[in-house]
Amino acid sequence: MATIQLKVNDQQRTVDAAPDTPLLYILANDLELQGPRFGCGLAQCGSCSVLVDGVETRSCITPVSAIANKSITTLEGLPAWYAAQQKLASVPALHPVQQAMIDEQAVQCGYCFNGMIVKASELLAKNPRPDEAQIRSAMNGHLCRCGTYPRVIKAIQRASAAMSPGAGR
Amino acid sequence: MSLPRRDFLKSGGSLIIGFSLSGSVFSHSALGQSHLDPVSRPPVPGPPDARQIDTWLAIHSDNTATIFIGFAELGQGNSTALLQVAAEELDLDMSQLKTVRLDTSITPNQGGTYSSASIQRGGPQVRTAAAEARQALLQMASQNLGVPADQLAVSKGVVAAKNGASKSVTYGALIGDKPFHLAFTGTAPVKKPDEFKIVGTRAVRNDIPDKVSGKYSYMQHQRLPGMLHGRVVRPRGQAQYAVGAKVRSVDEASIKSIPGARVIRKGDFVGVVAPTEWDAVRAARDLDVTWDNTPTLPGDDGLFRAMRTSKTTDKVILERGDVAAALATGARAVSQKYNAPYQAHAPFGPNCALADVETDSALVKCSTQDVYGTRTSLARVLNLPLDKVRVQYYEGSGTYGHSCYDDAAQAAALLSQGAGKPVRLQFMRWDEHGWDNYGPAHIGEVRAAADANGKIVAYDYHGWQHNWSLVETSEQLALGRPAAEWPSSAAQGVSAANVGNVYATPNLRITNHTLPGTAFLKGAWLRSPLDLSVSFASEQTIDQLAYLLNLDPVEFRRRNITDPRWMGVLDAATKAANWTPRPAWANKSTDKIVTGRGVGLGTHLVSYGGAVAEIEVNKETGKVVAKHMYGAIDAGLTVNPAFVENQISGQLVQTCSRMFYEEVTFNARGVKSLDWSTYPILRFEECPEVTPVVVQRVDQRSSGAGEEVMAAAAGAIANAFFDATGVRMREYPLTPERVLAALNA
Repeated sequence: MATIQLKVNDQQRTVDAAPDTPLLYILANDLELQGPRFGCGLAQCGSCSVLVDGVETRSCITPVSAIANKSITTLEGLPAWYAAQQKLASVPALHPVQQAMIDEQAVQCGYCFNGMIVKASELLAKNPRPDEAQIRSAMNGHLCRCGTYPRVIKAIQRASAAMSPGAGR
Repeated sequence: MSLPRRDFLKSGGSLIIGFSLSGSVFSHSALGQSHLDPVSRPPVPGPPDARQIDTWLAIHSDNTATIFIGFAELGQGNSTALLQVAAEELDLDMSQLKTVRLDTSITPNQGGTYSSASIQRGGPQVRTAAAEARQALLQMASQNLGVPADQLAVSKGVVAAKNGASKSVTYGALIGDKPFHLAFTGTAPVKKPDEFKIVGTRAVRNDIPDKVSGKYSYMQHQRLPGMLHGRVVRPRGQAQYAVGAKVRSVDEASIKSIPGARVIRKGDFVGVVAPTEWDAVRAARDLDVTWDNTPTLPGDDGLFRAMRTSKTTDKVILERGDVAAALATGARAVSQKYNAPYQAHAPFGPNCALADVETDSALVKCSTQDVYGTRTSLARVLNLPLDKVRVQYYEGSGTYGHSCYDDAAQAAALLSQGAGKPVRLQFMRWDEHGWDNYGPAHIGEVRAAADANGKIVAYDYHGWQHNWSLVETSEQLALGRPAAEWPSSAAQGVSAANVGNVYATPNLRITNHTLPGTAFLKGAWLRSPLDLSVSFASEQTIDQLAYLLNLDPVEFRRRNITDPRWMGVLDAATKAANWTPRPAWANKSTDKIVTGRGVGLGTHLVSYGGAVAEIEVNKETGKVVAKHMYGAIDAGLTVNPAFVENQISGQLVQTCSRMFYEEVTFNARGVKSLDWSTYPILRFEECPEVTPVVVQRVDQRSSGAGEEVMAAAAGAIANAFFDATGVRMREYPLTPERVLAALNA
């Protein structure tokens, strides 16, 4: 066991864990976050995705010891992460990608939407106006079993439009 | 939700009515709280009496209502749609209604959430209960206001005289949190379609905001104080169903370096528990178990040969006219054979369950589609009386039928019983993929003939498949209960519904050749069970007749459909696709990449599905991609067209996945497709555009809407392949290897 310092959603957290513990289990059990969740444990599906220093990362295969001193953002922290990025005066209730998923009624069971939203947020931070091929390519490592891909694509396009300069806030 | 151990079953005796608004019966922990929990009533071993109005709904003092529903929300929106049905009859706004989680000590038993039938079976019950409650409330209001009931009108739960008099009273003031004490007779008149204000509208899903924010509490988020984490230890990939798994030896010393990890064993059921999840995962990985590993399966390469040579139980389930004679006289006749693989449910998040088993009672939280059915199985496994077992439903990841949710519930219960503590059990990816109750493989041999006018004169379908598995793996291993199958039922074989009633033909025969299921892999209902396989075979046969007659495949179908509802979905799908008539494979092309379009019809027992597929085939690589899929459904009265459109979209995408990618692979010793690499599914880059069409029929009884388009789409894809290449695919999935083999044959 080791005492490990983590920065999660802008908060400093201290956990006692074996250094090889995958970050996912720390986030889900020790920190009681509901965003990242187990899907495959093999980095094949994207269920457990979080942002580490803004980069989408599979927490199911990332040892917690590899993350010290880095900034972790989970689904729950995306609105604040977005506000900081955009230098907004206040933190919105939802990241534009989350809002767009509601507006498009994109969700079915919704279990994969942690990864979908985290990955799409990363994409739009890097490329605010992706074309459809770029969206499909960026999202290709995220699986959905219910068949929501078409609506997820539409939602990302909607979020992109909402985030673009001149879009009403 | 945290419950003090031992307290959750104590409110025994008769049904306690009087609903707690404070939620004082339940307290909430930060993790695992849900919008479904706050309002409930004292738990009493169920099911509550379905003949009492109070079982179905409660009106609260704040003029809101709780509707008690017995169907599981699986992401299809039924928990919202059933509230629409109730809101309509109660004249309440959607914002005034809520429901609670399924719980064998709270909610009524409406049967399991099967066959996409929440609205079909549950709608009438909820509708008539709400109407009867409204009738009683109007009587109370009549006395309260001194106005005859027939002169009262209700809006948002406020009752007032129709003549505009200023006196009014709310439902909440009339009965708030008190029981109706009213027998549910089902006799109250319900609204007519032209009176609907909420049914038929596109109300938004009530679960989506929490699902995108991270507030939604899935099964996988549930915790109990003092619980351990558990994992099962099994061979990677199931063997023959009858064989199960046989332990030769377990070396408990192999995990002694993992702090707090323990082996829990009962018979051939082996699991581990540990205080932290990672230690449970490591213990399951490291525990040294030697299994008996005798090769007894045919393997996927010998599967269809084994299916055709095994002894079967044969039954003609539908026969009219003289098929043999008609086949001989038809102007055009075809005889075709098709194979369909085992496919997996493979929920995106593996099944999870949380059990707290005491010596005399048990609480199990799980993602079952049927809390009462699961309670029965748990009582048997734990050797407890039914009324001492409480099962609560928590939504997990989409399950599409009978995935491992009962197995997971049993495993969690066995681990908790063995450990003497609450245990949260989650399957690993390979457990879920490897020990699934797969959608059974199928062989379809179809002969059909048509006359020169394009009328089908003979149709003869022979199907080979096995029935579903009855005994869950945990119970089989722990108690040594022998593998057994479900008794035969329509959904387990080729049926009058899925091929018998689509086209009118005077001479028709359907024969099921039922295989001994315990000799193969485990099986169960997988979304649109067997319908994709049957449509793949049947709709290609129909299409081939059209091709031989040089007829447009839609025109040929029109000539043979008499039911306006089949015609309706055919028209809706082809209109959406802007279908222009021509025979299939008219655009013979020598290009490397060719395109094709195809049509298909299909059902799952009741509703009507139609689909058009537009695909692209690369003849050099063998790669097939769907570019645009169109799907239409007639599910009678559609309570919420937006939800059904989402269901159609999902069905079209999932069908592409199943037709292009999905097959369970196995050798003589067991299943080898254990993750998303060895069991690939469709991804974003190859996802088609989708166009869903709802054929609304307000005058028809509501029926299921979650499966029918899949059957239609499977046939449409296969027919599009023929249109592109002039080659019939005899087996799916249409992988590059299989496509190249067919093109080069």
